[in-house]
Amino acid sequence: MKIVVCIKQVPDTTEIKINPVTGTLIRDGVPSIMNPDDKGGLELALELKDKYGAHVTVITMGPPQAELILREAYAMGADRAILLTSRAFGGADTLATSHTIAAALKNLEYDLIITGRQAIDGDTAQVGPQIAEHLGLPQVSYVAGFDVKDGKYIVKKETEDGYQMLEVSSPALMTVLASGYKARYMNVAGIVDAYDREIDIWGDDKVDLPAEKLGLKGSPTRVNKAFTKGIKAAGEVHEVDPEQAVNLIVSKLKEKFII
Amino acid sequence: MNKADYKHVYVFIEQREGKIQPVALELLGKARDLADVLGEKVVAIFPGHNIKDQANDLIAYGADDVIVIDSPELEDYITEQYAQAVYQLVIAFRPSIVLFGATTIGRDLAPRLSARLETGLTADCTKLEISEDTKELMMTRPAFGGNLMATIMCTQHRPQMSTVRPGVMQKREKDASRKGTIIPFEPKFDKSKFAVKLLETVKADKGKIDITEAKILVSGGRGVGCKENFAKLEALAQQIGGEVSSSRAMVDAGVMPHDRQVGQTGKTVRPDLYLACGISGAIQHLAGMEESELIIAINKDKFAPIFQVADLGIVGDANKIVPMLTERLAKEMKR
Amino acid sequence: MNFQLTKTQQLFQQMIREFAEKEVKPLAAEVDDTERFPDETVAKMAKLGLFGIYIPKNYGGAGGDHIMYSMAVEELSRVCATTGVILSAHTSLCMSPIWEFGTEEQKQKYLPKLASGEWLGAFGLTEPNAGTDASAQQTMAVEDGDYYILNGSKIFITNAGKANVYVIATMTDKSLKNKGITTFIVDADTPGFSIGKKEHKLGIRGSATCELIFENCRVPKSNMLGKLGEGFKIAMKTLDGGRIGIASQALGIAQGAMDETVKYTKERKQFGRSISAFQNTQFQMADLETKVQAARLLVRSAAWKQDAGLPYSADAAMCKLFAAETAMEVTTKAVQFHGGYGYTREYPVERMMRDAKITEIYEGTSEVQRMVIAAKLFK
Repeated sequence: MKIVVCIKQVPDTTEIKINPVTGTLIRDGVPSIMNPDDKGGLELALELKDKYGAHVTVITMGPPQAELILREAYAMGADRAILLTSRAFGGADTLATSHTIAAALKNLEYDLIITGRQAIDGDTAQVGPQIAEHLGLPQVSYVAGFDVKDGKYIVKKETEDGYQMLEVSSPALMTVLASGYKARYMNVAGIVDAYDREIDIWGDDKVDLPAEKLGLKGSPTRVNKAFTKGIKAAGEVHEVDPEQAVNLIVSKLKEKFII
Repeated sequence: MNKADYKHVYVFIEQREGKIQPVALELLGKARDLADVLGEKVVAIFPGHNIKDQANDLIAYGADDVIVIDSPELEDYITEQYAQAVYQLVIAFRPSIVLFGATTIGRDLAPRLSARLETGLTADCTKLEISEDTKELMMTRPAFGGNLMATIMCTQHRPQMSTVRPGVMQKREKDASRKGTIIPFEPKFDKSKFAVKLLETVKADKGKIDITEAKILVSGGRGVGCKENFAKLEALAQQIGGEVSSSRAMVDAGVMPHDRQVGQTGKTVRPDLYLACGISGAIQHLAGMEESELIIAINKDKFAPIFQVADLGIVGDANKIVPMLTERLAKEMKR
Repeated sequence: MNFQLTKTQQLFQQMIREFAEKEVKPLAAEVDDTERFPDETVAKMAKLGLFGIYIPKNYGGAGGDHIMYSMAVEELSRVCATTGVILSAHTSLCMSPIWEFGTEEQKQKYLPKLASGEWLGAFGLTEPNAGTDASAQQTMAVEDGDYYILNGSKIFITNAGKANVYVIATMTDKSLKNKGITTFIVDADTPGFSIGKKEHKLGIRGSATCELIFENCRVPKSNMLGKLGEGFKIAMKTLDGGRIGIASQALGIAQGAMDETVKYTKERKQFGRSISAFQNTQFQMADLETKVQAARLLVRSAAWKQDAGLPYSADAAMCKLFAAETAMEVTTKAVQFHGGYGYTREYPVERMMRDAKITEIYEGTSEVQRMVIAAKLFK
C-alpha cells in the first residue's frame, strides 16, 4: 500500500495577536507548525504503516523553510519527503494550489492520498477535494475512521449530527480530521536521524502544467481587501432595566453575526 | 468566456432524508437581496429523490425558479453523484452566482465542482454584497483563525461560487402567495465514476460538546446560584446553540461538574461568544476566558472585574434577564 | 563559539515541550497531591525513546546527546519536577555508569532494555550513616564462590520499587576506606533484595523514594560494575553526570515558576493596573530572568563539555549549585508575587517552591558542590 500525505506549514493562529495601536496582525514570533488536520492525516497514514506496512510519502508545497515540517514528518515515521517549491507557485488560491499539487502527485504511485480537512490559516477545506477532482479520484471528507477490507476502504465520515460509513474503491483521497486521529509525537531516535535524511526538492519542472494555471495567474479568486475586525474597545457597561438589557444583548449578537 | 452569458443567483438546496436544511432557506433569503440589487432571478437547485412537492416551499422563501433534479441516484448525498448532476446543470443554465451552505455536504461538493468548472470558490462567508460599480460579488470571510477578515472576488471566471456559514444569513418570512416556475432537469449519470457506496448513516447523540470546543458558552457563577437557575442557562444555551459552563464556585458547590469549569483550575476557553451570568470575574476565571471573541457579562455588582474584559456589560440580575433573553431569541431566530 | 541549539536539538525541544505541556502538565498537581508515581507518563516516555536519549543506537538508545537529555529533564521539570527526576535518576545514575564502566556483556544485557524504557533504573549510594560522607558505606559485600553476598540498606533511593535494575555501592574492604568500595548491578528480583519504607517528602512527591534492603542478597560476580575497589570512583563520576541532570531539573523548575509569574503578574490587577506594570515587579523579575538565563548557560555548557569529552566535574558542580539556588530563589519570589493565592494549591508555584528545595540537597548538597569547586580552585 502506497500512501501520499499532503501537509502544509501554517502559522499557529492561536498565537496571532492584533496590535492594539495599529489594528494590524502581529505575525512576528508566531511559530510555524504542521497544520493540525494534516498531522491527523499523517497519523492515519502511520497507523496504516504500523498495521499493513504501508509506505508513507509526505509532500508539502511551500517556501524552503517548510522543510521543517518534513523533518518533523520523518521524525514521526514517514518514509519519504518531498518539498514542492518554486516562485512560480506563489500567490496561489485554492484552485491554483490544487492544480499544482495534483500535477506533482502525478509523478508518484499511490493507492491512497490523504490531506487534512482544512488548514488553520485559511480554513477553506477546498484543496483536498479539488486535488481529488483533478486526479479523477473519489473523495471522502471529514474522515474520522478508516480501515481496509477486501481491497476496499471502509471510511467513517463525520457529519453534523452523527456519522456515515462509506465503502470506497482504491485509489482514493481522504481529508482527515485532527479530532479523529491524535497524532503521535516525534520519536527521539527519529529526531536524531531526521536531518540526515534526504528530502526531494521539486520545482516547477515536476509540475506539468501551463504557466497560466500556476500561482497568482492561475487563481480565479483575488483578495480585494483584508482588514482586522478592529481593536477591541473597552467594553461599555449599562445599568438598565431587564427589557432594555435584552435589547442591548440581542443587537450585539446581531452585530457580531452570532444570530 | 463572456460574462454576460452568465446570469442569476443560484442556491444549492441542501436536503437530508428529504428534509430541506435551514441553511438553504437562509441562502434563499440572501440570494433574494443579491438578485434584487442585480435585477436578476433567484434560482434554487434542488437535487434529491421524491422531493418535488417541496419545490413550492422554496418559492415561498424567495426563489423565482426551482430546478428539480429528481433521481434515485440522489437520494443520499454522495460527492460524485451530486457533482455530476449540479455540474451539468451549471453548464446548461450558466449561473452568475452559486451559493452553498458551509456544511459537511456543501464544503464537500462546492470545491469538487469549482475544480470541475475551473472557477473560484470562497469558503465560509459571513457577508455577501454586490459591488456598486462593477456588480461583482464581494465575499467576506474570516481568516487566520478569525483574526482577519478578507473580502474576496472572482471577476474573470463564472460562476462566482461561495459557501456560507449556517446561521449567518436571515431567511425571509414564508410567503405562500409568491409565484415561481418549477423546472425539471435530468442529468446523464456516468455511473462508471461512482466509486463510493454509502453503507449506513448513523445519527449519534453527540451529547455535550467539550466546552473548549464550543463556539458559544453560557457560563454561570455564584450570582446564578442553584441548579434550578442553571436550568435557565441550559435553556438559553439550547436556544442559541451553545453549551453551559461555570465558574469554580459553582463546581465547588456541586452545582456543576468539573469538566464544565472555566478558569485557572478548569479549562481555558476561546469561544465566539462568552456570556458570563452572575460571574464576578476573579482573576482565575478571567485567565480562562478573556481570549473569547465576544464577551457579554451580566452581573449585579457594577464594580465586578468581569466588566473590565466584557465587550458589553449589563448591570442586573442574570436570573431575570436570561429567561427573557431566551424567549426573545426564540422569536428572533424563528424569523 | 556558537550558542545556538543545532537543528536536531531544536526539533527535539519542540517535541519535548509539546509532550510536557500536553501529557505531563495536566497530571502534575494530582501526582503531587496524592504522592502517586506517574506510571502512565513513564510508559508514554518509553514509547518515545526518552529513556535512552544519549545511549548509542547499537545499545538500543536514540543516539542523541547530553544537551538533548538535559533539555528533556528541564522541559519535563518545568511542568512537573517529579517526572523530571524519574528520567534523571534512570539515565544519569543507572544507565550512564553501566554504559561507561560496564563490560560488553553487561551493556548488551542491560542497556537495550533500559534505553527502551522496558526497564527502569535506580542507583543506591546513600545510607543512614553515609550521606555526604559516601566513604562511610556500611552495606557489605562478601565474596562467596561465584557470588557476592550483600547485607545492609540504602535510603532515599529515587525510583525504588519501580526500578528493575539498581546500581549499588557496597563496601568490600572496610580497611581500604574509599578504595574498598565496589559497585554491583542488582536486578530487582534478586533473592534477598527488598524495598523498605517509603518516604513522605516535602516536594517531588510523586517520585518513589524508598529504602533498599539487602539480606544475604546473592549477586553474581559477573554483575560487578567496574573493578573491585573502583566503586568510589564510579560513584563520583556518576554523580558528576547526575548533577547536570539535577541542575536541569532545577533550571526547569525555575523556568516554570517564571512562566507562571509572568502570566500571573500580567493578569493580576491591583490599584487599577497589572502588577507587572509596577517597577518593583519589573526589576525583581528582570533579576530573576537574568539568573535563570545564567543557570541555563552553565547547564548547557557543562552538558556540552560532556558531549565533547572534556573534563566537566567542576562545571557540573557549578551548574548544579547555581541552578538549584536560583530555583529556590525564583520559586520563593514567585510565591511572593502570587500573594495569598501563591500559598494555596490553586497555583502551581506553591508546589514548585517545595520541589525546588530538594535540588539543593540531593546528588550532593550545595555545600558539597562548593567543596568540589573549591577543590579544583585550590588544587
